[in-house]
Amino acid sequence: MTHMFKGVWKRGDLFIWLAGVGLALSLIMVAGLLLAIFINAATFFWPADLMRISLKSGGTVIGLKTGREAIPQPETPEASARYRLQIKQGNRDVTGADFIWIDEADIARVEKAEGALIVERREWGDFYGLLKEVREGGGQVAGGGASGLLTLQEKMETALAIHAEIDDLTKSDIGRVNYKMEKNRLAMASLKPGADDQALARLSKERKELERHYQELTARLQVLRDKQVGEAVFLTADEREISIPLAKVIQVYEPGALGAVGRIGFFLRKAIDFVTDDPRESNTEGGVFPAIFGTVMMVMIMSLLVTPLGVVAAFYLREYAHQGTMVSAVRIAVNNLAGVPSIVFGVFGVGFFIYFIGGTIDQLFYAEKLPAPTFGTGGILWASLTMALLTVPVVIVSTEEGLASVAGGLREASIALGATKFETTWRVVLPAVMPSILTGLILAMARAAGEVAPLMITGVVKLAPSLPVDGLFPFVHLERKFMHLGFHIYDVGFQSPNVDAARPMVFTTTLLLVVLVVLLNLAAIWLRNRLRKKLSASGV
Amino acid sequence: MNEIRLKNEMKNMPREMNVEKTAPDPAREPSTPMVEIDRVAFFYGNQPALKNISMSIPRNKVTAFIGPSGCGKSTLLRCLNRMNDLVEGARMEGAIRIGGKDIHREIGDVSALRKQVGMVFQKFNPFPKTIFENVAYGPTIHGTKDRNALSAIVEKSLRATALWDEVKDRLNDSALRLSGGQQQRLCIARAIAVEPEVLLMDEPCSALDPLATARIEELMVELKRNYTIVIVTHNMQQAARIADKTGFLLLGELVEFGPTEKLFTRPADQRTEDYITGRFG
Ligand SMILES: Nc1ncnc2c1ncn2[C@@H]1O[C@H](COP(=O)(O)OP(=O)(O)OP(=O)(O)O)[C@@H](O)[C@H]1O
Ligand SMILES: [Mg+2]
Repeated sequence: MTHMFKGVWKRGDLFIWLAGVGLALSLIMVAGLLLAIFINAATFFWPADLMRISLKSGGTVIGLKTGREAIPQPETPEASARYRLQIKQGNRDVTGADFIWIDEADIARVEKAEGALIVERREWGDFYGLLKEVREGGGQVAGGGASGLLTLQEKMETALAIHAEIDDLTKSDIGRVNYKMEKNRLAMASLKPGADDQALARLSKERKELERHYQELTARLQVLRDKQVGEAVFLTADEREISIPLAKVIQVYEPGALGAVGRIGFFLRKAIDFVTDDPRESNTEGGVFPAIFGTVMMVMIMSLLVTPLGVVAAFYLREYAHQGTMVSAVRIAVNNLAGVPSIVFGVFGVGFFIYFIGGTIDQLFYAEKLPAPTFGTGGILWASLTMALLTVPVVIVSTEEGLASVAGGLREASIALGATKFETTWRVVLPAVMPSILTGLILAMARAAGEVAPLMITGVVKLAPSLPVDGLFPFVHLERKFMHLGFHIYDVGFQSPNVDAARPMVFTTTLLLVVLVVLLNLAAIWLRNRLRKKLSASGV
Repeated sequence: MNEIRLKNEMKNMPREMNVEKTAPDPAREPSTPMVEIDRVAFFYGNQPALKNISMSIPRNKVTAFIGPSGCGKSTLLRCLNRMNDLVEGARMEGAIRIGGKDIHREIGDVSALRKQVGMVFQKFNPFPKTIFENVAYGPTIHGTKDRNALSAIVEKSLRATALWDEVKDRLNDSALRLSGGQQQRLCIARAIAVEPEVLLMDEPCSALDPLATARIEELMVELKRNYTIVIVTHNMQQAARIADKTGFLLLGELVEFGPTEKLFTRPADQRTEDYITGRFG
């Protein structure tokens, strides 16, 4: 017995088994996590049938089942526990709460709600009910039922077109005028008193022109608004009549009438909308496009900053600095920097980048705007810089490792051909460590995309009024605040007034963040493999 | 089958060499030595590695350094192109003249010296770049930018190392995909692409199989028409086969230096005889 055990010990089989079990456990955990997120996220877009639930205590509810749990009763034994259903009944403006709990014992009948529609609205969340009639400017144009729905969907097309036009007008044209007016105001404010009558005259003339233009645009806006005359009248589950202006509706559909293909199409459309739309209803509805944009842009700026910084530092440490205690100490410090809690970097970013550097920039270049800060407050540049600082150890370490593994013979060969040390570094060593640099960058990007804490205090906001890139000169606005998927998850999931409505959003956004990190990584890995292929012997 | 052919090739080698030796090109036979080493001593820190070495290395000949491990062969070789400058705390005394010019004082700078004195290493070390880029590297460093000129240099160098036919269709492939022997020949091509006068080779064949070694040896005999070759080798048959003159180093001293045939058949010094008959080292 002991003999056999000794054999197992000696051959090390035990360790191989242990290693296998450890690996399997890790894989199961990761797969389970991803699966949980995926399933929860996928059901968010799937158009499930509306249910009509009749209650024994009287009344009916139309809604979607979203959960089931045991009613908490401390005394009763577990076997006799009663359950309740969580139902999303929508209609927040009518009923006050869009999620309710119904005791299973109270349910008389559950059936598919024939003819019930889901109305996605710009405000107040979804509405569930039956169509009664379609009106336009006070007069009825269609009744309820299938033909009414057809008319309604037709009317919706024009309504959406008008809405898009209004959106365009307010966001781009009026936004541009406002931007110019603000510049004009600042220019006036920065004029020295009594300095230059000509300039003042020119500015006030420009101002008048802008004001006239503004009036024009608002008039056009009013014309468009006057065209929004359609409205639809619905019946709720308890037969109340609710009228909804079409201007407030995004889409109307009957989930019960969708076939399998229709459902898949719907699912895909919703998923695409989710990544391309702006958020609504304090982020609990709509899409997350600004957050995706902000995350990607932050990671890109961070990459641009961290790569040269880390690479130069690593080259100095490994190729140029005299290898002594000092360099060893610096190396240890850099390695430990990677373990500093991220919020510490955030605090540093606020103190140094925002208050000190940003404040100084404001005083030197944006004095006319003060006391409103320009760079002296959180923004995408400072957030990216903070993240670059946070991830620079990763790049340094992997570049240094790469440098250590570049065969000394290469450097000698280059020197022996008459190249200087710099030429050797630039033309031979740098290309040879490129894959290691990219490895460092991959790790840095993964870290930066997932980090939230330091961003919360250096420039991420719940809702950014505009993207950091737009059509207004200078097109890239590094001082602007931005949105971020990681913070979005936190905000929607834990800061939202309507937690139940936001829950699917949390999973979807999480899935998106994971996908985004994977995509960013895949891009970098692809690049690295291409480089490796070029450099390597085996062509792997 | 292969081995037999190999042996034949090896046997034939010295005979070919004798032909070379007996028929030198009279036009390229100048009287002045290419490299003059004048009372050179070398120290790594306080540790002496070379002691009072003087020798004249003839033009367009192969000169070999032999000796037991650690005797200073590489150190002496690396003095010739000042590669030892890279070693911290190392110091050289005496003078070395190449083409009559002192390498420390009279040749422009170290880069100019290394253009004139190329080097091939024991461990073949092509850059992780394409074959073309490897050969074009030196000329580019020394200021040749024109793509056509570079192509011409690359072709010429690869032809000189008998590599052209093997690689002409894959100049843009990674150099690391070549075989060991091809890589070493590529390193030689890379060294001669800057058109040096002297070619230093530190045990260039010690990591190669006999067939690849034979090719490199053939190549050296070919190259000595245009270059002065100095080679360090542990393989005494190799020295006997290809070198015109051989120097025997022991513990940092040049024990004996003379025509290869004489050194191997009638050594003047007892220590040389002990070494070549395998009594030590
Ligand atoms: N960079 C260095 N620093 C200090 N000592 C060195 C250095 N390089 C070589 N030496 C010493 O100088 C002496 C000569 O070394 P060298 O490399 O020239 O020998 P070698 O004849 O080429 O030996 P081998 O045949 O093994 O290559 C040895 O004692 C070695 O330990
Ligand atoms: Mg050596």
